[in-house]
Amino acid sequence: MTATDEPKAPGILDGKLSPLRPLRASGNLFAFALDVGRALPKRPFQFREFVQQTWFVASVTILPTALVAIPFGAVIALQLGSLTRQLGAQSFTGSASVLAVLREASPIVTALLIAGAGGSAICADLGARKIRDEIDAMEVLGISPIQRLVVPRVLASMLVATLLNGLVSVVGVAGGYFFNVVLQGGTPGAYLASFGALAQVEDFWSGEIKALIFGMIAGIVASYKGLRAGGGPKGVGDAVNQSVVITFLLLFAVNFILTAVYFQLVPPKGQ
Amino acid sequence: MGVEVRVEGLTKSFGSQNIWSDVTLTLPPGEISVLLGPSGTGKSVFLKSLVGLLKPERGSIVIADTDIVRCREHELYEVRKLFGVLFQDGALFGSMDLFDNIAFPLREHTRKSEGEIRRIVLEKMDMVGLQGAEGKLPGEISGGMRKRAGLARALVLDPQIILFDEPDSGLDPVRVAYLNQLIVDLNAQIDATFLIVTHDIGTARTVPDNLGLLFRRHLAMFGPREQLLTSQEPVVRQFLNGRREGPIGMSEEKDVAQVEAEMAALEARGGDQHNGVGPKGAGGGDAVPPQLEPSPGLPERQAQRRRQERVARMLHDFDPTTAEAIRASLPEDLLAQADAGVFSPTAGAGGRHWDPQTSPAGAHAAVLPGPRAQS
Repeated sequence: MTATDEPKAPGILDGKLSPLRPLRASGNLFAFALDVGRALPKRPFQFREFVQQTWFVASVTILPTALVAIPFGAVIALQLGSLTRQLGAQSFTGSASVLAVLREASPIVTALLIAGAGGSAICADLGARKIRDEIDAMEVLGISPIQRLVVPRVLASMLVATLLNGLVSVVGVAGGYFFNVVLQGGTPGAYLASFGALAQVEDFWSGEIKALIFGMIAGIVASYKGLRAGGGPKGVGDAVNQSVVITFLLLFAVNFILTAVYFQLVPPKGQ
Repeated sequence: MGVEVRVEGLTKSFGSQNIWSDVTLTLPPGEISVLLGPSGTGKSVFLKSLVGLLKPERGSIVIADTDIVRCREHELYEVRKLFGVLFQDGALFGSMDLFDNIAFPLREHTRKSEGEIRRIVLEKMDMVGLQGAEGKLPGEISGGMRKRAGLARALVLDPQIILFDEPDSGLDPVRVAYLNQLIVDLNAQIDATFLIVTHDIGTARTVPDNLGLLFRRHLAMFGPREQLLTSQEPVVRQFLNGRREGPIGMSEEKDVAQVEAEMAALEARGGDQHNGVGPKGAGGGDAVPPQLEPSPGLPERQAQRRRQERVARMLHDFDPTTAEAIRASLPEDLLAQADAGVFSPTAGAGGRHWDPQTSPAGAHAAVLPGPRAQS
């Protein structure tokens, strides 16, 4: 044993201010995502767990999502309604609401609820199992928790996100229609006509792809934080909190990139 | 027959905090070993390192020709199939009832029919005395039952090595006695290698073949039970007698002068023999109580004879008191062979006693020699 191996007293900083710390944390998260990707094709696929998780995530997110989507569509309609009236372009309210709801609002609303309701539940569940040694026990029994628990959860949140996105799109657009036509005195014909003038199927697909990716991020971050929970019940609470915050940050960053890519790939209608 | 676990020069730290360093020991195949240590000396960390849940920075853990500190992920999963681990609270899956919990490894790893799984699960539940509790959820049963259910789950894949993390914690002394008997009976039936981490001195005195003690970030001593039970090493004596007088302090180590004063006071009172009974079954000075035998009707422990041959070979390395205690446990034929000099002393290894003349640093180098060619 050389002198450098002598046990040191723990320092106050203890590497906490190291500039490599955030880098290491994001590297770990990315490595975890790769592990999940690698475990994805492994047999046997946990079909039962997948169905249960899908049902679970759907059941905690459907109602809040619908309830958030209605006022969201309404707010957009209200904002645009007064703006377009000043510009004398009331007939284009429909198209604007489509762009806002289909392309941006619905995948973000979906993802926020998947992360906030589904992801936090996944993270709390896995974290509770972690601190009760269940995850360790599973690993010792020779079963990979990533394959057995994480993969079905990530796939479930991806599936539910894409389905919810459809729901939010419909509810959002319908909400916009209601507010525009019934409350602001717009004409149904103008709303629907301008809807068709600017919107295209690609808008819907881009929303779905965004929702799929956001669902994946929410599932992976929640599982990652859950499996790394430590330090008793408080650790689980911290993990849930962090998983929601990290997911939100990632979502908005990724959303920006996806939107930029969308405008490069899909030409606007009518050109 | 169980599998040998060879640990060499193992060192583990969390950040800059060293947990233990240079731990070297061998768990002989099929034998029961107990690892003791004051709270917070990293016994659970040691168990988790053995199953590869934590990666030590240095050293090696060789199990069935695989070094699990350095092997690849899929090799680790293979080696883990040799293990059964009883976690402190059983670590049962909270969402499944006891039957599904115990059947879980079988359903995941084997292609057995549901009828066969049922037969095996009920057999193991019977073994640990849990008949009729199949439908209960882990939240509905007592801590003792959870531990036994965890043990049954650890047993279903017929493990070669079984690790127990504080099997006695949270149990009353009668249940601990039953659990200890269960452990010895299991060892007689399946002949796997057992390692028990515990604070219970009564267990440590009567159950194992080998004892070890972790202290001050080192393995203070590891060897046949007689070696530690008769040891004069202050830390070992203090721990096995559960008294305040000695080098182990409440939170940190004590200074030498204080320890000497305490020890002198203890001697003046008549030493450990007259010190009464400590907590957790501690006490008894350096007496070597008889080891627990398997229940009547069970086969003799196969490890018993192997162990006798092993310690007979080491007999000349021990100091007179330890050697005397070991001789008392050996059968006639091995004693005759040992005295006739059939076994050459194992040079440089094993059986080191604490010696006030040598530096205390030498004490942690206690190494148990591996069995030579079986006769």
